[in-house]
Amino acid sequence: MLFPMPFHSFLLFVVWLLLNNSISAGHIVLAVFFAITIPWLVTGMRDEHPKIRKPWLAIRYICMVLKDILVANVEVALLIIGPTRKLNPAFVAVPIHLSTDLGITILASTVSLTPGTVSTEVSKDKAWLYIHALHLTNEAELIDSIKQRYEKPIKEIFGC
Amino acid sequence: MLSLTIIIVAACLCVALILNLWRLLIGPTVADRILALDTMYINAIALILLYGIYAESVLYFEAALLIAMLGFVSTAALCKYLLRGDIIE
Amino acid sequence: MPFYLEIIICICLLIGGIFLLIGSYGLARLPDIYMRLHAPTKASTLGITGVLVASMVYQSHLKGAFSVQELLITLFLLITAPVAANMIAKTALHYRTKALDRTHGQELMETIRDRESPKPPSES
Repeated sequence: MLFPMPFHSFLLFVVWLLLNNSISAGHIVLAVFFAITIPWLVTGMRDEHPKIRKPWLAIRYICMVLKDILVANVEVALLIIGPTRKLNPAFVAVPIHLSTDLGITILASTVSLTPGTVSTEVSKDKAWLYIHALHLTNEAELIDSIKQRYEKPIKEIFGC
Repeated sequence: MLSLTIIIVAACLCVALILNLWRLLIGPTVADRILALDTMYINAIALILLYGIYAESVLYFEAALLIAMLGFVSTAALCKYLLRGDIIE
Repeated sequence: MPFYLEIIICICLLIGGIFLLIGSYGLARLPDIYMRLHAPTKASTLGITGVLVASMVYQSHLKGAFSVQELLITLFLLITAPVAANMIAKTALHYRTKALDRTHGQELMETIRDRESPKPPSES
């Protein structure tokens, strides 16, 4: 098979061209060479990952997360400058229903980057995500927003 | 105007680096010190890119990329060592 | 250099510089390690993105061709920042670092450290 890992091949191709910052014929040939040989060499070592079922939803999800990062950054910056005594930090346990490691990793990373929360740990049975919130106003609302806004699309994207 | 902005931003970054250094020196726990180092390398990347703009050179990009990669790997290695007492398991 | 490009670069640089400064200020100021984690992971990500966008615009102008190399660093930092934050949080929990007294859900800390599920009474 020419492309055992099509997504990774594509990524290698793009990153090689970005790294050299050129789209000359020589670099394209070299990028194609790497895109074919490297996946072929490493395909035996990888774990099985779930396939992306809905690529358009994935792109929409990335755009939404980028927008949320911008908003969350400004919010957190204002919290940092504001009076520390009013901050209301908390540890919160969020129940998650994702079956794959990749899904949990993406959810945890998104949670760390977006609202005023940092993911600290996942329970052994992969059913709970523990987060630390910088300023907690309403626990039920926070859990609900994470589940609705981030977990649901991830579930749909990987179909699990 | 650009040269003035560069000086202002460089001053911001220097103050940021001093604050990080302060946290690195007093930081009550080891985790604080790792966090300070982590922030320091991000600020260093910004400072190098800024110098790249100031010197009108494209060569500094590679240095920034290398610092980004080494910075993450060193943070991960330090945390792993503290968590498990071993880097490679 | 055209005036509008200079304006764009200056604004991006200023946003970047201010956010990086706020991130470091938060690191020096906030009272406990778990709260300090928030400052560099969030504010610094946006700050470095601002500086990188400014650098990207400037290098594109310098070369006369579209330069997108800088996106590589942005992408790399966006992927690694949460992972680094997560590992530092784990380290802090592993050493039983005390959280601020008014932190809610402190009874969860031991459970988190042992990676167990929360006990029924503390279930939310």
